[in-house]
Amino acid sequence: MIEIKGLSFKRDSRFIFQNLEMTVAQGKITAILGPSGSGKTTLLRMIGGQLKPQYGFLKYKGKDIASMSRSELFGFRKNLGMLFQSSALFTDLNVFENVAFPLRRHTNLSRQAIRDLVLMKLNAVGLRGAASLEPSQLSGGMARRVALARAIALDPHLLLYDEPFTGQDPISMGILISLIKSLSGTLNATSLIVSHDVMETLTIADYVYVIFDGSVIGEGTPREILDSSSPKVQQFINGTRNGPVPFHLDAEDLEKQLMVVEKN
Amino acid sequence: MIALLDRLGVWALNYLSRLGRATSMWFTSVAHIPHGQDMHLVLNQLHHVGVRSVLIIVLSAFSIGAVIALQFHTQLSRFGAEDAVGLGLTLTLLRELGPVVTGLLFAGRAGSAITAEIGLMKTTEQLSSMEMMGVDPLYRIVAPRLWAGIISMPLLTIIFNVVGIFGGFIVAVQWLGSDPGGFWSGMQAGVELWNDIGKGLLKSLLFALVITWIAVFQGYDTEPTAEGVGLATTRTVVLSSVVVLAMDFFLTLIMYGDF
Ligand SMILES: Nc1ncnc2c1ncn2[C@@H]1O[C@H](COP(=O)(O)OP(=O)(O)OP(=O)(O)O)[C@@H](O)[C@H]1O
Ligand SMILES: [Mg+2]
Repeated sequence: MIEIKGLSFKRDSRFIFQNLEMTVAQGKITAILGPSGSGKTTLLRMIGGQLKPQYGFLKYKGKDIASMSRSELFGFRKNLGMLFQSSALFTDLNVFENVAFPLRRHTNLSRQAIRDLVLMKLNAVGLRGAASLEPSQLSGGMARRVALARAIALDPHLLLYDEPFTGQDPISMGILISLIKSLSGTLNATSLIVSHDVMETLTIADYVYVIFDGSVIGEGTPREILDSSSPKVQQFINGTRNGPVPFHLDAEDLEKQLMVVEKN
Repeated sequence: MIALLDRLGVWALNYLSRLGRATSMWFTSVAHIPHGQDMHLVLNQLHHVGVRSVLIIVLSAFSIGAVIALQFHTQLSRFGAEDAVGLGLTLTLLRELGPVVTGLLFAGRAGSAITAEIGLMKTTEQLSSMEMMGVDPLYRIVAPRLWAGIISMPLLTIIFNVVGIFGGFIVAVQWLGSDPGGFWSGMQAGVELWNDIGKGLLKSLLFALVITWIAVFQGYDTEPTAEGVGLATTRTVVLSSVVVLAMDFFLTLIMYGDF
């Protein structure tokens, strides 16, 4: 469904991706694991056509996303549901209207039908009771679930989730996981999850990519990832501090830097 | 020296590209004449941008009208020409102060609000997520605000003029005891429909175009941080005030200059 080949992307003069290769299979749940700042959100924005890669391409059903015309792109986006990392609910609309927004924009459904659909979607994320609240009255975790309800309002073929599990308590986490699973089952939707919550992601994904430093360092089924012999992959999924993947962004030696301050 | 030229070149290119983006944004949005479900967005914005500015317009207009009448009265009564107060006041308001002061107040009250709101939407990724849903923010967010500004500014100017004249009437006639007949008849004889009322409203329409354009673009082009939104809001007020005053000078030259 989505094919990424030889993708390189630069911000300022720093490469965020170098020669990235990935495929997202139709009807499956694919997950991308990577440390914070590794470019996961950037990648989703490229798939949605908001950023263009400098080299290589991303194809959706064989079509290069970066070279789509404006109207092709907006057509493609109608089949796309994206859950933003920041939820990005519209602050001038209440919860109900937020979820109704894509339906009102892209369908000619009657008021009654839209009402029913919105309530069903809100029910699916356990927030039917919040329909008349304003976004500012929601907690972070609730806002994410409303954003999810909005992302699935049009029953899209392609679902992109940016960190769907952050800020969820164990119960809503369980609900969320089964919801994402059932969405890809009943709608036969293709799902791409981007996350650094290793265990939750591994329980629902069919196929996993681990990215680090701009390229894929491991891929396979969750089982294969868990059994991976690569020290980098092991360090990431076990969360150990010392290993080939540094916790710190490249910087001067800490002791040296502190000494300099003292001398001044 | 080379470095300086280099910096100047970069600055000029950035400036031109901003101007280009702003222009293309304006045309794309304005070409989208709201219809259907977008109509209520415009009505909504008319409320935010227009109706909510009425109070500040009325208060300012009343005091400005009163002050001008007071000044005219003290000067003109020395020559026994109190009857000219009504006409002098009205022409000043219709031709200059009505459109200009309304424009300045509108920039401060509505322009800043538009920039802050759009800037915040950008900062919280609302514009981005709208785009990802296949809805163009230029149509959904920008166009209704442009249209609401363009519609409400001339109406606010009319309110300003009426209230200003009323304020002047209170001072000149009720308080300082001019003859009400002279006040109104001088006005009736001297004010021309197109030359005074029409041109004044044309001015206010042009100010509206420029202020809403600046406000919307500054919001849309904000650097997506809290600091960026603050800076953009300030820029909207400063830039639109300066542009309104400068434009007024040239418009007055063109409309009323004798050459
Ligand atoms: N607007 C921007 N301008 C410049 N650099 C940026 C911008 N946005 C992101 N970056 C850089 O791009 C890199 C990747 O950012 P991105 O948001 O894609 O990371 P991420 O993997 O989603 O991280 P997280 O897990 O924390 O959300 C980061 O190193 C960041 O510094
Ligand atoms: Mg991210």
